[in-house]
Amino acid sequence: MELIIAIAIGVLVGAGVWLVLRPRTFQVIVGLSLISYGVNLFIFSMGRLRIDRVPIVGPGPVDPVQFTDPLPQALVLTAIVIGFAMTALFLVLLLALRGFSGTDHVDGKESPE
Amino acid sequence: MMRWVDHLIVVPIVLPLLTGALLVLIDEHRRRLKFAISLAAVLGLLAAAIALVWLAHGRPDGWRGEIGVYLAANWPVPFGIALAADRLSALMVLLSAMLGLASLVFAQARWARAGVHFQALLQFLLMGLCGAFLTADLFNLFVFFEVLLAASYGLVLHGSGPVRVGAGLHYVAVNLVASSLFLIGVAMIYAVSGTLNMADLARLLPGLEPGDRQLFESGAAVLAVAFLVKSAIWPLAFWLAPAYSAASTPAAAIFAILTKVGIYVILRLWLLLFVDGSGDSAGFGRDWLLYGGMATIGFSAIGMLATQDLRRVASYSVVMSSGTLLAAVAFDRPVVLAGALYYLVSATFAASALFLLVELVERGRAFGSDVLAVTLEAFEAEGALHAGPPIAADEQEDSGVVIPAAMAFLGTSFVACALLMAGLPPLSGFVAKFALLAAVLEPAGSRAPDGVAPAAWAMLGVVIASGLVAAIATMRIGIRVFWVQVRRDPPRLRVIEAMPVAALLAACVAITIQAGPVMRYVEAAATGAHRGGAYVDAVLAAPQVPAPDEVRR
Repeated sequence: MELIIAIAIGVLVGAGVWLVLRPRTFQVIVGLSLISYGVNLFIFSMGRLRIDRVPIVGPGPVDPVQFTDPLPQALVLTAIVIGFAMTALFLVLLLALRGFSGTDHVDGKESPE
Repeated sequence: MMRWVDHLIVVPIVLPLLTGALLVLIDEHRRRLKFAISLAAVLGLLAAAIALVWLAHGRPDGWRGEIGVYLAANWPVPFGIALAADRLSALMVLLSAMLGLASLVFAQARWARAGVHFQALLQFLLMGLCGAFLTADLFNLFVFFEVLLAASYGLVLHGSGPVRVGAGLHYVAVNLVASSLFLIGVAMIYAVSGTLNMADLARLLPGLEPGDRQLFESGAAVLAVAFLVKSAIWPLAFWLAPAYSAASTPAAAIFAILTKVGIYVILRLWLLLFVDGSGDSAGFGRDWLLYGGMATIGFSAIGMLATQDLRRVASYSVVMSSGTLLAAVAFDRPVVLAGALYYLVSATFAASALFLLVELVERGRAFGSDVLAVTLEAFEAEGALHAGPPIAADEQEDSGVVIPAAMAFLGTSFVACALLMAGLPPLSGFVAKFALLAAVLEPAGSRAPDGVAPAAWAMLGVVIASGLVAAIATMRIGIRVFWVQVRRDPPRLRVIEAMPVAALLAACVAITIQAGPVMRYVEAAATGAHRGGAYVDAVLAAPQVPAPDEVRR
């Protein structure tokens, strides 16, 4: 499973970086989203991957081996929320730039080719 | 029972948060009410910041170890989020509050009307700034970074227009990528060490296994890249000048401290984690900071000389101070750090005052005063149209020129800003650079490795050359702005606009006159923030508040 997750993160971030470096604003926003998905998976996996384990401790004696680390899950929730808000903001900016410049190039003008 | 001083630490975060939330609800047309509320809040913040500085600086019945620790929700230290105020944090909070006040008052003249929710965004920005300066938790730091960045996105776009939206888009994209790096770094550090508390990290680091240590250092390096993007080190600094020059004036004035957040975090974490006593990791990344900082100074010097736009000069002066500070951090001696912190204060005031001044200076130009982020080409075109014959005609009636008061004020302030940036006497810029360079050249103590001496000479040369470049760049523009354009109308100033500039420059004069006490303060701040200092112990030993009568679960 580690391998699958690692490949998934690698593909997401790799594709994201490539898209962020593209000249169209829409590609950039999709790239940023992909990077943030990859990063979220990365944070999640940093709490070690464990199957069928709960993160919340109940009453009674606790054996830590039986539980998964809850902290990265809390962190990833925060990161998802923040990433979502930032994507929305970026979308507004993208539309505003499109409205002002009439092009979807990130510089607001077509490159002279 | 908690005393009121214990709650003071959280005031700089809660007060702007509540005020900002309140301001969002108030109708945009009630400008005076909004201004009154935000002014009261910023003054409150300023008072809280002064109290923090006062408490941190060895007041007898203040905090133990001169460091105040506030446990949010009363969780014990490594588990919950702790806020900690030492001299360094308190100083940075005070700086933010002062810049916030200047920016708010300046904006009230015109800029608050250029778009919606300026005051609310400013409050949220202050909240993020104060939170980032006060937190002792890495992930909490990320949250406050995002708060301040989100507010800064709004402020960059304040006033709208194609130039701002274009520059804002780049600014947002760069910062979003940097935030992703931040998260990767934090996650790696957590995976290795199992803690996010900065003091706890400093405690655990020497005992790490070699394999884990490598991962930890990679995580720290990724994290550092995120902060270095924010503090605009070369080659990660290209986003800064367009964004800061395009931002509305009061926003740019407070942005002068945004790069210092990155510097602050680098200073804080590096002093806690990678100095003497942290085992094999001691000195990790020192060369990167040192040479990166020097390259940044060089880059900003070239940028400053290449531009004719005063806004860009101001932006590059921000980059220049970043470079100087990063290189100074790498020297890692309390004396150098003290000089660097003094320089930080002086440079922040100067950059902020210059950003405010630029608009006032450019307002009198023949161009419409609303034209912002005027491009170089536009400047040149205007110069070609107006510069030639009219001046010659004016020179013939040589009956002397009456200098109006506004012009005199602008000229004096501009000279003051130029002196501060170039580090010439008699203002604080000189004191700062002198303190910094004297400390750099001091015979390296036992702590510094042997190879430091050439680096010290390089640092000396680079900093002095950068001062010369700053002097040339500002002089050239000053001549063009104040002397060449004879036919310009005298600019109209409102007191409310002149006041913040005067206040910021007065602050520089004040720290020049009171250089002794200020230097002692920053020296104590540099020593205290060090790994061997009181910070780690104070945070780790912070006691929980016992619940009054409720049974603890």
